Amino acid sequence: MAKDKNNKKELTRPKGISRREVIKGLSTIPFMGAFAAAWFRKSSVEQQLKENLLEAVNLTAEPADLAPVAVGGKPLRLGMIGFGIRGRHLLRATGHAEPKWIDDTRTAAAENNLNTSYEDFMNQESLNIVISGVCDIFDIYAEEAILTGSNVNRQGAGGKMGTAPRRYRSYKEMIASPEIDAVIIAAPDHWHATMAIEAARMGKHVYVEKPMTWTVPETYELVKAVKESNIIFQLGHQGRQTESYVKAKEAIQKNILGKITLVEVCTNRNDPNGAWVYPIHPGAGQQNIDWQQFLGAAPYHDFSLERFFRWRCWWDYSTGLNGDLLTHEYDCINQIMGIGIPDSVVASGGIYFFKDGRTVPDVQQVVMEFPARDLTFLYSASLASDRQRGKVIMGHDAHMEISDRLTISADPQSTIYKEKIENGTIDPQVPIYSFTPGKKGIDGVASATEQYFASRGLLYTYRQGKRVDTTFLHMKEWINCIHAGIQPSCNIDQGFEEAITAHMATIALREGKKVHWDREKQEIVAP
Amino acid sequence: MVNSFADKDYAKPQLILLVLLRLSIGWHFLYEGAVKIINPDWSSFGYLMDSKGLFAGLFISMATHQGVLQVVDFLNMWGLLLIGLGLMLGLFTRLSVICGIVLLSFYFLSHPPLAGIQYIIPQEGSYLLVNKTLIEIIALCVLLVFPTGQIAGIDRFFRKKRD
Repeated sequence: MAKDKNNKKELTRPKGISRREVIKGLSTIPFMGAFAAAWFRKSSVEQQLKENLLEAVNLTAEPADLAPVAVGGKPLRLGMIGFGIRGRHLLRATGHAEPKWIDDTRTAAAENNLNTSYEDFMNQESLNIVISGVCDIFDIYAEEAILTGSNVNRQGAGGKMGTAPRRYRSYKEMIASPEIDAVIIAAPDHWHATMAIEAARMGKHVYVEKPMTWTVPETYELVKAVKESNIIFQLGHQGRQTESYVKAKEAIQKNILGKITLVEVCTNRNDPNGAWVYPIHPGAGQQNIDWQQFLGAAPYHDFSLERFFRWRCWWDYSTGLNGDLLTHEYDCINQIMGIGIPDSVVASGGIYFFKDGRTVPDVQQVVMEFPARDLTFLYSASLASDRQRGKVIMGHDAHMEISDRLTISADPQSTIYKEKIENGTIDPQVPIYSFTPGKKGIDGVASATEQYFASRGLLYTYRQGKRVDTTFLHMKEWINCIHAGIQPSCNIDQGFEEAITAHMATIALREGKKVHWDREKQEIVAP
Repeated sequence: MVNSFADKDYAKPQLILLVLLRLSIGWHFLYEGAVKIINPDWSSFGYLMDSKGLFAGLFISMATHQGVLQVVDFLNMWGLLLIGLGLMLGLFTRLSVICGIVLLSFYFLSHPPLAGIQYIIPQEGSYLLVNKTLIEIIALCVLLVFPTGQIAGIDRFFRKKRD
């Protein structure tokens, strides 16, 4: 072996460390120097690019600052109207979940480490409210609402409950009650305005689900009722609380996109639940549903479980895609850009996939014009394809994609970034700005629908790296505003713009006409 | 296993190339470690979640346990950096080489380039069974059997006299 031969030579070597030995031992050190020099060079180039970009974009990478307002004083007494799918979510936002939900979510969390719903809910801040009354015209839901409202300790089945809220058989009775300070309305669309108007007239604060109204005339009536009262009014567009929207607004105000001429927003769903084919409760029947009260101002129809549980599928009670989903997209853009009511709207669509007797289209497009701003707003929706198309604001100098994240990319033909693109500071292929809330705390979400909502900023947002339910933040804002005596972010004026815009789209769709807004008379004109 | 090689064991071109191989792998490890350490948002979460193959379950469970993930992140960042330093300086070279092989084996096992497997994280080349991670593992094995730390490296000062 070579080793043995060398042993003899080793023996003859002088003792101690010679200069030659030191040189050999440290012979690779210069490579460390080269590494350090190369790294320093690379990081200073990157730092310079980053600084140039930040200078060009002039946006902080820090999360938006939405400081919470302290909640204190006497607990607010809330009345909950409607305890269906959305009603349950809203009550959870107040800190009250069904014991069964607590058990199920706890089990789900134990089975999947990435599911943090249970932990998130248990850590959700207390809002200093009591659920004093509940109202649902389906007895089983009403009983569940009573149990949920009494679950003040966030317990599972068999846990210690608090005082049970009173059940009101009709919303009128609840609104008239001196034991109620404020109401949350999560009834079907055709009841939103009627209930909100009566509540406002009785001096009860209102949180009403979107869309704000079902008909045009009641929109004006509701605005009048709210303005004549001293109530605090919040419309349920929880997207108002999404951090990336706040960042997007800042970017638009700083003119990072240049002249914006087109906004494209979409709805994409592809499952029965997303297409409003909600489950029918097996215990439901004529004996435990107050059908007459359900109908309200809607046209008469014989009792129908399908219509009761899947009311969104019929114009008789629903506002279709425009009221349910366009409003979220519109309110997001209205929040970011302050676009207001469009000058004109055209719309078209049809029932192309869910041929289940519904009257409301499942595929639909709306085009709105804002000539004073040189802007077109395009909404495209399908309930029969899950291909996500994002929310894009297109400017001459850059475009912005918004979800729970936010990315801004420069346009290769941009004027304001021309020089920076030429000198290599900006690469149009790479976003010039991106904002990801709670970057480090990555977590998975349960279902495809939840993921869809999350990507639309409709489910969760982050505060200081912690996942927070936007509905909770929206509810919290309303309650804080009631204590402070000020109007919240999605107030009656924003609601008026949302409602009129959605109605214009519905009229355009149903009448096949181009619908105009008369700004002076504040009227919809459908020739 | 050969533990100790002396200057004359290699012909000059052999020694130069072996040292260059050690330096370049060391450089790679050092930089991979350094960029992770200076990025406050770096986490192995996404990489682990994208694991495929026989051991995917194990790697995914590492990612989903917050405490384990933190340890994995820490070991990755500092492991890469220290292995890189060891290889470049020729300090604790043998230990560094062995740790490097272990670490790279984890990467290889979590992302084996098997037929019919697609990764979310894009690959920069085309691989089937053999990828650059495997080649780097084998290169480190070569360095294990043809050590140079005691010839061109700080380990030279600690080598035992062969008498």
